[in-house]
Amino acid sequence: MTMPIASLKGIIAGYNDEPVLRNIGLEVFANDFIGVIGPNGGGKTTLIKVLLGILKPFKGTVEFPSGKIKIGYLPQASQIDKSFPISVKEVVQSGLQPHNKWNPVLSARQKQKVVKLLNESGLQALAKRPIGSLSGGQLQKVLLCRALINEPDLLVLDEPNTYVDKNFEYELYQWLKELNKSMAIILVSHDIGTISSMVKTIACVNGDLHYHPSNTISAELLQVYKCPIDLIAHGPIPHRVLKKH
Amino acid sequence: MTGLIELFSYSFFQNAIMAALITSVLAAMVGTYIVSRKIVFITDGITHSSFGGIGLAYFLGINPFFGAAFFAVLSALGIEWVSHRGKLREDSAIAIIWSLGMAVGIIFVFITPGYTPDLMSFLFGSILSVGYADLMVMLVLTVVTALFMGIFYRPVLYSAFDAEFSKIMGVPVAFFRYMMSFIIAMAIVVSIRSMGIILVLSLFTIPQATSMLFSHNFRRIVLISMIFGLTGSLVGLFSAYSFNIPSGAAIIFTLTIQYLLFKLLFWIRSLIAIN
Repeated sequence: MTMPIASLKGIIAGYNDEPVLRNIGLEVFANDFIGVIGPNGGGKTTLIKVLLGILKPFKGTVEFPSGKIKIGYLPQASQIDKSFPISVKEVVQSGLQPHNKWNPVLSARQKQKVVKLLNESGLQALAKRPIGSLSGGQLQKVLLCRALINEPDLLVLDEPNTYVDKNFEYELYQWLKELNKSMAIILVSHDIGTISSMVKTIACVNGDLHYHPSNTISAELLQVYKCPIDLIAHGPIPHRVLKKH
Repeated sequence: MTGLIELFSYSFFQNAIMAALITSVLAAMVGTYIVSRKIVFITDGITHSSFGGIGLAYFLGINPFFGAAFFAVLSALGIEWVSHRGKLREDSAIAIIWSLGMAVGIIFVFITPGYTPDLMSFLFGSILSVGYADLMVMLVLTVVTALFMGIFYRPVLYSAFDAEFSKIMGVPVAFFRYMMSFIIAMAIVVSIRSMGIILVLSLFTIPQATSMLFSHNFRRIVLISMIFGLTGSLVGLFSAYSFNIPSGAAIIFTLTIQYLLFKLLFWIRSLIAIN
């Protein structure tokens, strides 16, 4: 059996002594593509923050059994201050792990890497533009580049499909499929329809976490595990329609 | 005209010009950080709380500068700590520190026996009475700030833009935020001498507003703010001397006029572009 690259055990976490997550466990393997769904306030973002190490859980452990891994993170768009005077290039550069945190000068190789990624993602023309002048989709692309520039082993995306149009969403999902060949992905979304067509497995977070080892969303998953979402899922193929629940 | 040339031979006027020059450079760097992080209100709280230190210093008979610096730094670090911990609403914390500082200052000034000589100059600023020692303090702080923000430009910018992400990337975010809070507090205190408590913050925000008409690049905003801060300060300084009005008010008035002028120019330009 292969070892997980990240392992969360018995996590109780929340804010101001109020637990949002109650005793959660999750294992992430090298080529996983996990869709995290659940109602608002159910703890999706809290789970991610614990995994990323920016929120200390009240109880439980976060381990990386196969050694330290690099994690790329794309936060919710609402967390980004679009009026901040920073350029596209600077934002992408901020995703580079400094080789020495007290001397954050970029090496020629790192600078080249940024230029290459900007070219590949079609952002080169925008490199010097302030982020405030970008569309929702363009900004998400920049933030995704920031998450990818460090060549992560695990990519974590928190609601990447808010404030973007359908074209960009399609482009994003094609991109993620390609990326999944070389890294594990955790995708948080309220849009359970698109998620089910994309991901390999589903985790439903609503205080507790329920892991579903396939990408079909069953009535059982939604009902028994108290994921009160009702919808029709439109995957390209196969087209899935959920049972009424 | 001869009067103007004669003016430059006075050492008090030379000092005032040096003070305008140094504070413009300092306020350009620190102010751009303040405006970018949207912490103008926090900075105003720090500024006003420093009055408590000035009052206490009068009461104890020590140099008001030390009292102001002590109160400002303590408030700045306190507010950063509160917002970092998130236990108390940040705006409430600022309001408390702001009014407490002012109250303490007023109480001490009242119970201090005798006449408080340059209390007015702390409230309204008096750039024409800046001495050599004041200039040296301003200069040292400006050099230290330029070195710090120059060497650590990236992590300072990154932790201001997205603290959470920077933390994940291993940037010592807390260190940079506390250091910048310290620098902000000190920059405010050394500028109070020439601008006055009530108006000092404008020197840290109006040139930036003008600069942002031209650029949205952090470094460029700093550079353009230096120019606008300096032109505004010099014109303000001459008006203050000519019309015998407090220097702080004259400088802020000029800075604002300067902003409105450019705003108007940009507005006219956009009108022409449309037609």
